[in-house]
Amino acid sequence: MKVEARILVVIGIFFGIIALVYWFTSYEDAGFLMLIGATGLGLFPGAYYLWWSHHMKPRLEDDPTATIEEGSGQIGTFPGSSIWPFIMGMGATATVLTFVFGLWLAPIAGALVLSALIGATVESRRGGTI
Amino acid sequence: MTTTVERPEPLTPEPAGRPDAHGPGAHGPGDAAPEHVHHEGPSGIVNWLTSTDHKVIGKSYMITSLVLFFLAGVMALVIRAQLMEPNSSVVSYQTYNELFTMHGSLMLYLFAGPFAFGGLANYIVPLQIGAPDMAFPRLNALSYWLYLGGSITMLSGFLVAGGAASFGWVAYAPLSNATNSPGAGADLWLMALALTGFSAIFTGVNLVATIFYLRAPGMTMFRMPIFTWNMLVTAILILIAFPVLFAAVVMLFCDRHFGTHIFSVQGGGSPILWQQLFWFFGHPEVYILALPYFGMVTEVFPVFSRKPLFGYRGMVFATMSIAALSTGVWAHHMFTTGVVLLPFFSLLSYLIAVPTGIKFFNWIGTMWRGQIAFAVPMLFSIGFLFAFLMGGVTGVLLASPPIDFMTHDTYFVVAHFHQVLVGTAVFAAFAGFYYWYPKMFGRMLRESWGKLHFWSLFVGFWVCYTPQYLLGLHGMPRRIATYAPDTGWTTLNVVSTIGAFIMGASFLFFFVNLVVSWARPVPAGSNPWDGHTLEWFTSSPPPHHNYTHLPPIRSERPTWDYNHPEHRTVITHRAPAVPPDQPKELTGAPS
Repeated sequence: MKVEARILVVIGIFFGIIALVYWFTSYEDAGFLMLIGATGLGLFPGAYYLWWSHHMKPRLEDDPTATIEEGSGQIGTFPGSSIWPFIMGMGATATVLTFVFGLWLAPIAGALVLSALIGATVESRRGGTI
Repeated sequence: MTTTVERPEPLTPEPAGRPDAHGPGAHGPGDAAPEHVHHEGPSGIVNWLTSTDHKVIGKSYMITSLVLFFLAGVMALVIRAQLMEPNSSVVSYQTYNELFTMHGSLMLYLFAGPFAFGGLANYIVPLQIGAPDMAFPRLNALSYWLYLGGSITMLSGFLVAGGAASFGWVAYAPLSNATNSPGAGADLWLMALALTGFSAIFTGVNLVATIFYLRAPGMTMFRMPIFTWNMLVTAILILIAFPVLFAAVVMLFCDRHFGTHIFSVQGGGSPILWQQLFWFFGHPEVYILALPYFGMVTEVFPVFSRKPLFGYRGMVFATMSIAALSTGVWAHHMFTTGVVLLPFFSLLSYLIAVPTGIKFFNWIGTMWRGQIAFAVPMLFSIGFLFAFLMGGVTGVLLASPPIDFMTHDTYFVVAHFHQVLVGTAVFAAFAGFYYWYPKMFGRMLRESWGKLHFWSLFVGFWVCYTPQYLLGLHGMPRRIATYAPDTGWTTLNVVSTIGAFIMGASFLFFFVNLVVSWARPVPAGSNPWDGHTLEWFTSSPPPHHNYTHLPPIRSERPTWDYNHPEHRTVITHRAPAVPPDQPKELTGAPS
């Protein structure tokens, strides 16, 4: 976990430096703000990972001497086939097309998105996973 | 319905009693494993619609993006046919504008990126790290459906009144506002970007989570294959770049329809702001398109040179520095606007040449004194080196503001970015495709047809783009639909068009290859290339949830270590933290 955390923190620090250099050489606000956004993108998850990497036992995937035997057991629970991503994708497409072709598409888009949200939630509860 | 996935079984490190495991073409134990750990689930079209398996989604991505690639390629041939003669009228000016816009949009937004991070990465990354699937399988499926929806939305622009978007793939304001580009085609283009943008963001999140959380025991970050490393860095770049594009698209749509004036001077807005936002996305996008392909050739070079990768850590850090620098160079596309800080962007652009040079050095170092096998994936990778070198060197020229002032918006730039992008997204993409096709489909592509494909593409590539540099230096502007006979551009344009048609024809060999290998399959086995990385350990195609057994992971090429135990010490270039016989408590325990 330490390597992962470091990557993100270094990204954040790098963009922070670049943002400051950019601001004090150009005084251009759009680029400065976007660079600050990139800084946050590195620092926020980076800080989270850094905190965790100090508060958790090293995982098997971080241990160069870990063996496959040590990892025996459950990896996790994975969803099987599901139609809801497809319905959601079509719903999202219909939603954006509403902006182009008019509000008559909105009921169709809404119905698709809503049914996908409900369907996926029910499916998750039944399967006991997210 | 959910499945609880158990860890794959361990294997003994010595492949005793396996005489075939030592020579070229060694096979992993996947061959001995049952053909498929049978997966209870739907089949056929229902499987395609409902699957959350990363392998099915990856293949869907690849097939869709290749179809769009061929559509965009046909558009390119029409464009070149139009430019072959002066005063040509193969298509109308309006159609020409639509064609080059959609050619660029399809290639950049819908082929080059999705083929890499949605297609090959989706399929290969979980295999390379020993994971059973992507971290969020249903989100992964949603990514694909958003991508398909976005692709259809963009293409449907051709069907509406007023035609498809015709403002170039960069959609500069004020050309893209409601007055200059009326009609539904432009709106469909914007909405397609919104959909595919979210598709890319979801895939980026998925890749980062998969790589951070689903690695097999012993697969430390610095044992991951370079392709996986590059996909991690690409995914982070996606998370930096695509939200900006989405924001810009929403703003432009508001300008077009809701009466805002964000990009219009009349209302107090700034057209240059569009360029700032677009290129803050657009330049990282170039590396989102390039880094996965760098990763693919980095997998191919060691396997076909029969050597470990030269400079593994150097490769990782070069990738990270390219990605980091690429976010600070966006305005080198805007030198001629006169409102950007030339030294800052020029200097950072030059700096990118350094890590890219390190990568070239390492690729050549990997081949140096290797036993090079000129199989098709290797040929395409070497083709990539030449193509990308030329594209990269002219990119360094363009990073110099005085040269950029001279050549901006000419065919010099067109030739530059086509050499970069064809080098990566075509040469390296097909290197990856030929390399991993046996893994994905369990059968080999034919070498002879593949070589015809490569050589015709390679010749066509140089014949097509070299004249365009000269045309640019002679002053031919990009995006013009026709030119006068007295400009003196005719001969070079004819040569370039011939090259384009040779490139187009080369894909006929590719189709023949696909058909032949599908009609008369040659089984691939699990490890036809004597590969290094983990994906060659499982059967071809891999079973549902990928692995029944895993080898010990002690270096960045576990499959090679397993198949060639006598060479294992040579390739573990870092001594392990503790000798394996000492107790484990000494390593890495938290203090």
